[in-house]
Amino acid sequence: MAAKEELKLLGVDVSPFAIRAHMALVIKGVSCEYVVEYLSNKSELLLSSNPIYKKVPVLIHNGKPICESLVIVQYVDEIFSGDGVPSILPTDPYERAIARFWAAYVDDKFFPVLRGIVLALTEQERVEKATETFAAIEPLEEAFAMCSKGKAFFCGDSIGYIDLALGSLLVWIEAIRRMYNIEIISASKTPRLSAWAERFGESAAAKEVLPEVDKAVQFGKMLEAAASAAAASK
Amino acid sequence: MASDELKLLGTWTSPFALRVQLALSFKGLSYENVEEDLKNKSELLLTNNPAHKKVPVLIHNGKPVSESQIIVQYIDEAFSGTGPTLLPTDPYERAIARFWAAYVDDKLLASWLQSFRGKREEEKAEGLKQTLVAVEHMEGAFKDCSKGKPFFGGDSVGYLDITVGCLISWAHAGEKLYGFKIFDADRSPLLNAWMERFGALDAAKKVLPDADKLVEYAKMRQAEAAASASNN
Repeated sequence: MAAKEELKLLGVDVSPFAIRAHMALVIKGVSCEYVVEYLSNKSELLLSSNPIYKKVPVLIHNGKPICESLVIVQYVDEIFSGDGVPSILPTDPYERAIARFWAAYVDDKFFPVLRGIVLALTEQERVEKATETFAAIEPLEEAFAMCSKGKAFFCGDSIGYIDLALGSLLVWIEAIRRMYNIEIISASKTPRLSAWAERFGESAAAKEVLPEVDKAVQFGKMLEAAASAAAASK
Repeated sequence: MASDELKLLGTWTSPFALRVQLALSFKGLSYENVEEDLKNKSELLLTNNPAHKKVPVLIHNGKPVSESQIIVQYIDEAFSGTGPTLLPTDPYERAIARFWAAYVDDKLLASWLQSFRGKREEEKAEGLKQTLVAVEHMEGAFKDCSKGKPFFGGDSVGYLDITVGCLISWAHAGEKLYGFKIFDADRSPLLNAWMERFGALDAAKKVLPDADKLVEYAKMRQAEAAASASNN
């Protein structure tokens, strides 16, 4: 094993992207220093480590920065592997392609409309975004059946790549339920994902990393206010 | 090993389908190329990519893989014993390659498309401005990744070369259509030289579409769009 590894994760507790990176490290049993960033006052370290996007999360491994949550998760999976260390991505190339596909789907198709519910400026827009989000979650409900093959998580018996991609959004899905009474995942409409969400939340890694839903609710209210202010000033 | 059946559903004008063709070409893999009509998508495409219904889709021994960057990584992993390795072997360099590959589609390509497809002049102007920013970042990325060598991948073509390389024919077509050279020699000398170098490789020449044909195609699409707009 290499000399002492220095790991620093720059993040924000309610950021689903930071949650992914943090959970990956916890799953691997690797200790890291978590540096809380304040998005209205980003640190020099964040700005210099991620000059392109200036966003969290950033993983700094022995001084070298890695950015973009899914890139970080894959990196962590590759660096920390071996006997007894849980894998995040499957080993089979085809299964890896499927895992990457659904993680990309979460980011490209599901997340934008989910976020749109919070950022909506009118009730009508909110309803539209909610409708789009309901449509976007359906393929994921089907995907769970196909990928899990009866197991507890998307890729098998333990939390894997797709679980992290979607599971990191569960706090926000619950926050949206509390804020707007919009239920994206429910036992009636998405029974498989509903059961999976409970299992995800009960996992040791989730318990260690996921913030209280109320923190997301508070953050959501801030985002709403910022969106209205931006629209009003145009 | 039983013979592998590879089928690529794509269109000759799609840079994403071209990305996959480049990967297959550089790996030396043979495949059946199926040209899709996007106005009349085949059953094969609709059943193999139901979530997006888009090209490209690679069907390997009957099993579909979608999303060009995911397909290229799949090809590299599934055919790891065939031809060159595309992704870097070092995990950190792999992370850097993946970061920039995502940047190409999310920022470079997105703003470039907006610069000529934007509906209003301000959208196009904003697109152009963002494209210039993105090109500057990519020039820096080339410098960091190549470390003075000819390609993003070093001495030989790698993942990023293929990820960016699929834009080359449209880069030439774009210059003829709009007078805008995306990897201009003054703004981005390294990328300018790389573009020529990459385009001259046999494995690239085998699949890169002719820029003049892309220009004809673009003009035809513009005429169609104008005709349907005036009919409304």
